[in-house]
Amino acid sequence: MSGVNWLAVAPLLVLSGGAVLLMLVVSVRRSTEVACVTTTLIMAAALLSCLWARTAIPEIVTPLLLADGYALFFCALFIGCGLVTAIIAREYLLLRAGENEEFFLLLLLSTLGAATLAYANHFASLLLGMELLSVSLYALIGYPDKLLRPLEAAIKYLVLSAAASATFLFGFALLYAAVGVLDYPAMGAALAAADNPVLLAAAALIIAGLGYKLSAVPFHMWTPDVYEGAPAPIAGFLAAVSKGAIFAALLRWWMAAGLYELPGLLTVIGIVAGASMLVGNLLALLQDNIKRVLAYSSIAHMGYLLIVLVACGMVPDPSLAMEAAAYYLVAYTLTNLAAFTLLGLLSRASGTDELDTVADLDGLFWRQPGLSLLFTVALLSLAGIPLTAGFIGKFYLFSAGVAGELWGLLALLVIGSGLGLFYYLRLVYRMTLKAEPQTQPPSTPGWSARLTCYGLVLAMLYFGIVPAPLMEILRTIL
Amino acid sequence: MVYLLAILFLGGGLAWFSERFNSQAPRWVALGVISFALLYLAVAVARLPVEQFSPLPSAQLPETWLAHFKLDWIPRFGISFELAMDGLSLILVALTLLLGLIALSASWSEIEERTGFFQANLLWSLTGVVGVFVALDLFLFFVFYEVMLVPMYLLIAIWGHEDRAYAAMKFFIFTQLSGLLMLVSILALAYQHAVVSGSYSFSYFDLLGTPLEGALAFWVMLGFFLAFTVKLPGFPFHTWLPDAHTQAPTAGSVLLAGILLKTGAYGLLRFAVPLFPEAAAEFAPVAMALGAAGILYGAVLAFAQTDFKRLVAYSSVSHMGFVLLGIYAWNSLALQGAIMQMVAHGLSTAALFMTAGALQQRMHTRDMSRMGGLWLNAPRMGACTLLFTMASLGLPGLANFVAEFLVLLGLFQAAPLMAVIAALGLVTGAVYSLIMLQRSFQGPGDASRELPDYGGRELLTMLVMVALLIWLGIHPQPLLELTQPTVDSLLLEASG
Repeated sequence: MSGVNWLAVAPLLVLSGGAVLLMLVVSVRRSTEVACVTTTLIMAAALLSCLWARTAIPEIVTPLLLADGYALFFCALFIGCGLVTAIIAREYLLLRAGENEEFFLLLLLSTLGAATLAYANHFASLLLGMELLSVSLYALIGYPDKLLRPLEAAIKYLVLSAAASATFLFGFALLYAAVGVLDYPAMGAALAAADNPVLLAAAALIIAGLGYKLSAVPFHMWTPDVYEGAPAPIAGFLAAVSKGAIFAALLRWWMAAGLYELPGLLTVIGIVAGASMLVGNLLALLQDNIKRVLAYSSIAHMGYLLIVLVACGMVPDPSLAMEAAAYYLVAYTLTNLAAFTLLGLLSRASGTDELDTVADLDGLFWRQPGLSLLFTVALLSLAGIPLTAGFIGKFYLFSAGVAGELWGLLALLVIGSGLGLFYYLRLVYRMTLKAEPQTQPPSTPGWSARLTCYGLVLAMLYFGIVPAPLMEILRTIL
Repeated sequence: MVYLLAILFLGGGLAWFSERFNSQAPRWVALGVISFALLYLAVAVARLPVEQFSPLPSAQLPETWLAHFKLDWIPRFGISFELAMDGLSLILVALTLLLGLIALSASWSEIEERTGFFQANLLWSLTGVVGVFVALDLFLFFVFYEVMLVPMYLLIAIWGHEDRAYAAMKFFIFTQLSGLLMLVSILALAYQHAVVSGSYSFSYFDLLGTPLEGALAFWVMLGFFLAFTVKLPGFPFHTWLPDAHTQAPTAGSVLLAGILLKTGAYGLLRFAVPLFPEAAAEFAPVAMALGAAGILYGAVLAFAQTDFKRLVAYSSVSHMGFVLLGIYAWNSLALQGAIMQMVAHGLSTAALFMTAGALQQRMHTRDMSRMGGLWLNAPRMGACTLLFTMASLGLPGLANFVAEFLVLLGLFQAAPLMAVIAALGLVTGAVYSLIMLQRSFQGPGDASRELPDYGGRELLTMLVMVALLIWLGIHPQPLLELTQPTVDSLLLEASG
């Protein structure tokens, strides 16, 4: 490997080196503060290295990794999310007794997994990234090991995610048996030529595996339980980064291998998308637990995103649909991260351990005006109200759908958005109710956490009001 | 126009912020902001040369409009921040600001809690409505159309009456869902434009005359029609309106009835018909039938109500039916009538809602069975209500009569049968208006009842509206002249 090669994957190297460094730091001095600051610095360095790596692209680094604008953009997005999670997790961990330093180690590793997914150009790297991401997440979800619900969530995630990986792997094996290649570009040509019944089984297994990871209906059952049980910062990371990274990898595969030219696949994805939108939104209506509401809403959002994959196949030039997918993915990642983060901070600030039910939100608007306002903006962005990133994302989806003439899916999207409004607005409404006399004195979260939240929400508004710069960036990298 | 929007938007933030110093301050800030905006508009209009008011505002020549502003926003999709004002927009913006002042007056003593946030939401919803009336980029129009819902939702959900959560939710979901249908239509139109001309554009001027084949034109037109008819509200999409109006605080009802409904009418007039003239012409009989049905159905339901505010709300459904008829009759007389009806209904209904709010504040009920003979206790209030009731039932000499007369006259040329049915609305209007007055202010009274009459502020507000209604009723010519170029250009545009 040459120097240019090394530079092109600099973010991955910084993250891996950082993980080792953090391990050494922890062995010298056990302190949550030190670990948090070290992690923050490592993430920041990795972010900067993304900028630096721009001089070296495009570059194929071993057959496994393709360093191009797409890889670096999403890599930076996921590292940014990791950075936010590290800062927010400090608030959460400082209140917790016991050893907390490994939390950051695991966070670094799973961010590394997400970053690898952004680079993946081959099934081996796809699988490596996915496993690195999930295995660290098992431990992160169950990190509060004295509590029942996180443990339950961790076991559930472990069993289902491992099963999904196995399914996925088996699908790959069959695919390899049928076409004999594993890297994306070669696969497109091979698939177009191949006519083998084994492919059908392979496709079914791979769709099921990816469906689990993306929690698309009918593979969504684990999502609400896991989100409910996981600690708030990790639930945000799970919703934003874990799903986002897998979708980014899927999108690359879809694009590089030209999978959108297979009509049967489009039908299946279309059905999964429609079912996710309907089921996610309908079940979210029935929930009383806020995290479960957000979990079901994230299922619905994945359904929205899948529309774009279908749209790719229905238009002569898929570039608009790709752009739509990328923009929506950015908006989705930011918004979900912000929503979960703010939920975590609000529970901390309102004195309870975790805000559980919708009723816990009562009157929050008047007790914690600043954070509640930010949370409201995040919810409006999830609902796709104009002036937020979520709206521009939805606008893109609609344009891709109209261009592909997917009237049926668009109708479901409209219905889903209507249902979505209902449960998002219910949360906003509960916050504006009259305040109960307060039992515990409010505690304000630290400046770093608050600053991060303001940053996230400002980014959301910025991408909603001035979307042109981001659109230009996405057009250059796709 | 940009300054107008900025004044209102920033004023909202200022009003909220000022609560920190004094809980009374937000009201004065809001008063200052709206008055300043109104003054700014008046000065800007006064400085325009007189010739500017005569040419037809043409789609090809932005300089024929009273004012035009354009700034690139999202070049990727050909979206720009494009605002333009003609006579129609000017009248509606002025009405918006005026009713903003009236809503402020209505909330002056009613809202005691969190006044800062209340006034901020009031100003923000005014910003959204003014934006709707001047935006000529369809994307921007949609943004304003949706954004104005959020402060309105909060106004109803936080400061509304007993059943506010349900009403606010219903209001938001009805309008948002139909709005999304419009978004799909806007995109289909823009996409079609891209197919024909090679690039996306959302500008009204570019999209006018985009060729659409029959079936597609019909569906796209239907998306616009549904969005605006829900907002208007036209029968059978009106069910959100009685709930929202009844539960909203008085200022919210005034804004809803006075101006938010007018955004639907404005949308039909400006977009739904001119963009798809052929599809709209084919669809006109259905739209007119819905309008006529709305007139009668609204009137019958209004008659059956015992809740003062609900009665007024259903009367809105009935009155807005005339607007729908006027627009789809699509000739000069009927369009002028529809515009006149928008203004007249805005004033008279706002006043009736204010009366309802004043009664609720004093008696803590809206139930008319617990009223009766109130004239005895509050003669000034009774006299004002009498006048607005007369306006609402279309007494000659008041603005509503001019409006309904013009609509019927125009409609008779286009569809005589519809005109006959709609004319029945004048009879039913008289029935429910009189029964309302009868049940609340007349009949046997109770002299010992504690009911403070209107104070100076309320009386002043009422008198402003009375004066405007009488002026427009006796001398409507200035308003008609102001909108004539717009009407002519719309007719020209639609005829190809």
